[in-house]
Amino acid sequence: MNALISTALSGVVLMFVGLFVRNKQHIKFFAIAAIIIAFIANLAQFPSVELGSYTMYGMIEVSRFSVLFNAVALGATLLYFLLSGSEFEKVGEHVADYFALIFFILAGISLATTFSNLLMLFLAIEIMSIPQYVLAGTDRKNLKSNEASLKYFLMGSFSTGILLMGIALIYGAAGSFNITELGLGADSVHPLALCGIILMAFALAFKVSAVPFHFWTPDVYDGSPTVFTSFMATVVKAGGFVAFLRMFHVSFAGGAISEHWTLILSIITAATLILGNFSAVFQLSVKRMLAYSSIAQAGFMLFAVIAINQFAAQGIILYAAAYSIATIGVFAVLMKLKDYTFEGFNGLARKQPLLALAVTIFLFSLAGIPVTAGFFAKYFVLSAAIQHGHLLWLVIVGVLCAAISVYYYFRVIIAMYFKQGDPEVEPVSNGFKAALILAVALVLVLGLFPNLLIGCL
Amino acid sequence: MLTVLLILIPFIAGLIAFGLKGSGPKVLGMIASLASVAIAIGAGCTFHASPDKLSFVASWIPQLGSQFRVGLDGMGVMLCLLTAIAFLLVFITIYNRDIERPNGFYGLMLLSQAGLIGVFTAFDALQFYIFWELALIPVYFLCSMWGGEKRIPVTFKFFVYTFLGSLLMLVGIIYLYFQTPDHSFSWTSFTSLQLSMGDQKWLFWLFFVAFAIKMPVFPFHTWQPDTYDQSPTPVTMILSGVMVKMGLFGLLRWLMPVVPQGAAMWTDVAIVLSIIGIIYASCIAIVQSDLKRLIAYSSIAHIGLMSAAIFAHNEQSTQGVLLQMFNHGINIIGLWIIVEVIQNRLGVKNMDQLGGMARKAPRMAIFLVIISLANIGLPLTNGFIGEFLMFSGLFQYNHWFMAFAGLGIILAAVYTLNMVQKVIFGEGNTLTDNTTDLQPGETLALSLVVIMIFVLGVYPQPMLDLVSKVF
Repeated sequence: MNALISTALSGVVLMFVGLFVRNKQHIKFFAIAAIIIAFIANLAQFPSVELGSYTMYGMIEVSRFSVLFNAVALGATLLYFLLSGSEFEKVGEHVADYFALIFFILAGISLATTFSNLLMLFLAIEIMSIPQYVLAGTDRKNLKSNEASLKYFLMGSFSTGILLMGIALIYGAAGSFNITELGLGADSVHPLALCGIILMAFALAFKVSAVPFHFWTPDVYDGSPTVFTSFMATVVKAGGFVAFLRMFHVSFAGGAISEHWTLILSIITAATLILGNFSAVFQLSVKRMLAYSSIAQAGFMLFAVIAINQFAAQGIILYAAAYSIATIGVFAVLMKLKDYTFEGFNGLARKQPLLALAVTIFLFSLAGIPVTAGFFAKYFVLSAAIQHGHLLWLVIVGVLCAAISVYYYFRVIIAMYFKQGDPEVEPVSNGFKAALILAVALVLVLGLFPNLLIGCL
Repeated sequence: MLTVLLILIPFIAGLIAFGLKGSGPKVLGMIASLASVAIAIGAGCTFHASPDKLSFVASWIPQLGSQFRVGLDGMGVMLCLLTAIAFLLVFITIYNRDIERPNGFYGLMLLSQAGLIGVFTAFDALQFYIFWELALIPVYFLCSMWGGEKRIPVTFKFFVYTFLGSLLMLVGIIYLYFQTPDHSFSWTSFTSLQLSMGDQKWLFWLFFVAFAIKMPVFPFHTWQPDTYDQSPTPVTMILSGVMVKMGLFGLLRWLMPVVPQGAAMWTDVAIVLSIIGIIYASCIAIVQSDLKRLIAYSSIAHIGLMSAAIFAHNEQSTQGVLLQMFNHGINIIGLWIIVEVIQNRLGVKNMDQLGGMARKAPRMAIFLVIISLANIGLPLTNGFIGEFLMFSGLFQYNHWFMAFAGLGIILAAVYTLNMVQKVIFGEGNTLTDNTTDLQPGETLALSLVVIMIFVLGVYPQPMLDLVSKVF
């Protein structure tokens, strides 16, 4: 609740700050201060949920899970501001507005973690999405950015429509908007409910770019200014997953109905894993590779949605943290380079050993190699799926795909360390280096002691 | 605490080595490996007196039921000793070499030592998995940075193969974890599981593939000759002397006791694969003209015999494997040292370009002959006892298997003696006429190898005592 209020207020305040403050650096400091305040305000809510969750007006349910996930999202955004905040200035004039839009997205995410009413789910998804359409098109003079924005907007609106249709059908079947009172997990399956669930699954799968609803992803990520791609592919996507997880775990778990959607989601997951990974292998640009890898990673996060158990909740939080930190870090370094192709990374280790080492550790984390946070993230979602019992085939698909993912992640490492080249790198400030070291430290600490994060759940 | 020290010393020394300059890293490497050998010997003595002192348990991730749980039994002591000695031998051999970026090289070497010791001491499955991967990553960088011309694709193949195997093992580990009543990863919980036959049947493969890739056993071996060939020779020594033992160790520690019925069910398949590996690799070794590839294939053949003996699963064969794990490590490192010397002096590793070195480098020739004879298991050398026990165990299991595996000895004699002949006897050429004999460091390393060959060949009892308490 605190997160929702503080992020929404910060967004409004930042819009006005843009009117009065002309110095772009100062605006960034405002934004960083605001995110720190939001982070603390969110953590301050921990004592109130110590004993259990509470519902407000039947619309919002604040729980340990939501507070913890908001902490992860806000923390990752803070890291994002520290690492990439100065890139905002290069995109266009209205820096304060960009920051404000990011805060509005965060407000949407905090709503997505807490909704207990289908109406709120719809609002959360829309609040998350609309600022993204704008951000995708901020580089107004770039045709690719315009295309990205338009494509994203059209596809996004379409999926929202489907979501709304799904909500309407579920309301028709259950007679309630309250997600805890839907009572759809009974023995017999109402055909309206089943249609509704399928439509909702499709709409949410679109939001998290799961196959076959992923077609927008590479183009939008590639066309948007890189600094916003970094945010869209990480924090926002994790927010989408939380909405997905919450909806399906609270409302559609158990009974005959879960068998239906488990099968559909399993097929979507397998397709996402296979297509995301295989497509990533053939990319020439690191930015597009990361776009496809984000699809592949979505496949792993979907494990958590399908498996309904304690490991799933822990897994999604750890996954969100591990994946966001690592991807934001890689993107931050990417933006310092002139050339986004794999060749652009050639010889980076000699020129900028710190950047190369950081990228290596981030990529290790994305690949799920031990002692990085990514290992335990994958571990938890795999555990969730194995504990589920009927998903072993999916686990094996996931494992094979994880081995494929090593191929494209390591291409970057090979380019940096083992190939000769002289990459053009923008000057790197000490502040950037410090933030990068912080991110690396977070990845390693969570890789050694994941209980620091999931222990709070 | 000794066990923890065994991991910590190379780990910390490795981290420090990255920051050192000049001859700092190699001095540190030498000190760290000497200390490791001393502690490993100390652990061996403690093991006889009070084995309980060697285990150490600390809380790690309580939510998962995973603990930092290390310990040593006879097999662990033996493998830690082998690891420590192997690294010492490598560091002695390359002490006078000029290595590019020595801080990175020694740092990564020491980190891989820490990873290896971690694997051999882990009594918690999750920790075992993590160390298993940690041993691999420094080696990946070592091979890719300091290796031969085709190092990058070759090492990459090695990494992907091993990583895939490890992930399958991880799935197995997680599955077993859910089966344990106390939800723990400890070795005791895993081994006391009462798994159904259906589970054991497929769990076996998840583990077996991971270990088979690492050893490697036919048909999972294709990464190995290329990787041995392209890696810098000091790294090849570690790969073939110690790292392949991770696979054998995995079979003995984690596969056989945890899924015994699954193993029993697939025994014949596993032994047949191993025997195919022995004969196939030996035949390829015979026609090899590249020295490094020849030794790589000979290693596949030797490992094949050990894996067959593990699956024969009787007291004699297991004893033989345990003994041979140590002996094979020592012998093959000896062979690699000589290859390293030849490559260092002449810059070639093709046997057709060698010859007549016995006159120019007599000391090297003597060492090569002794180590080669040990490699084919001549009596009075260390190779004999282990192979004898393994064959006798295999014979008890099935006469035919033993007969086919025995072909490996004959073939080994063919390719090894052929190699000796081509390398050191015959006519010299302009290249080999200019060679020089061993330097003091190399002589020292090879002398240590030969001393161990004879001591263990004549009096293997202490080593047998050490490993006899395992099963």
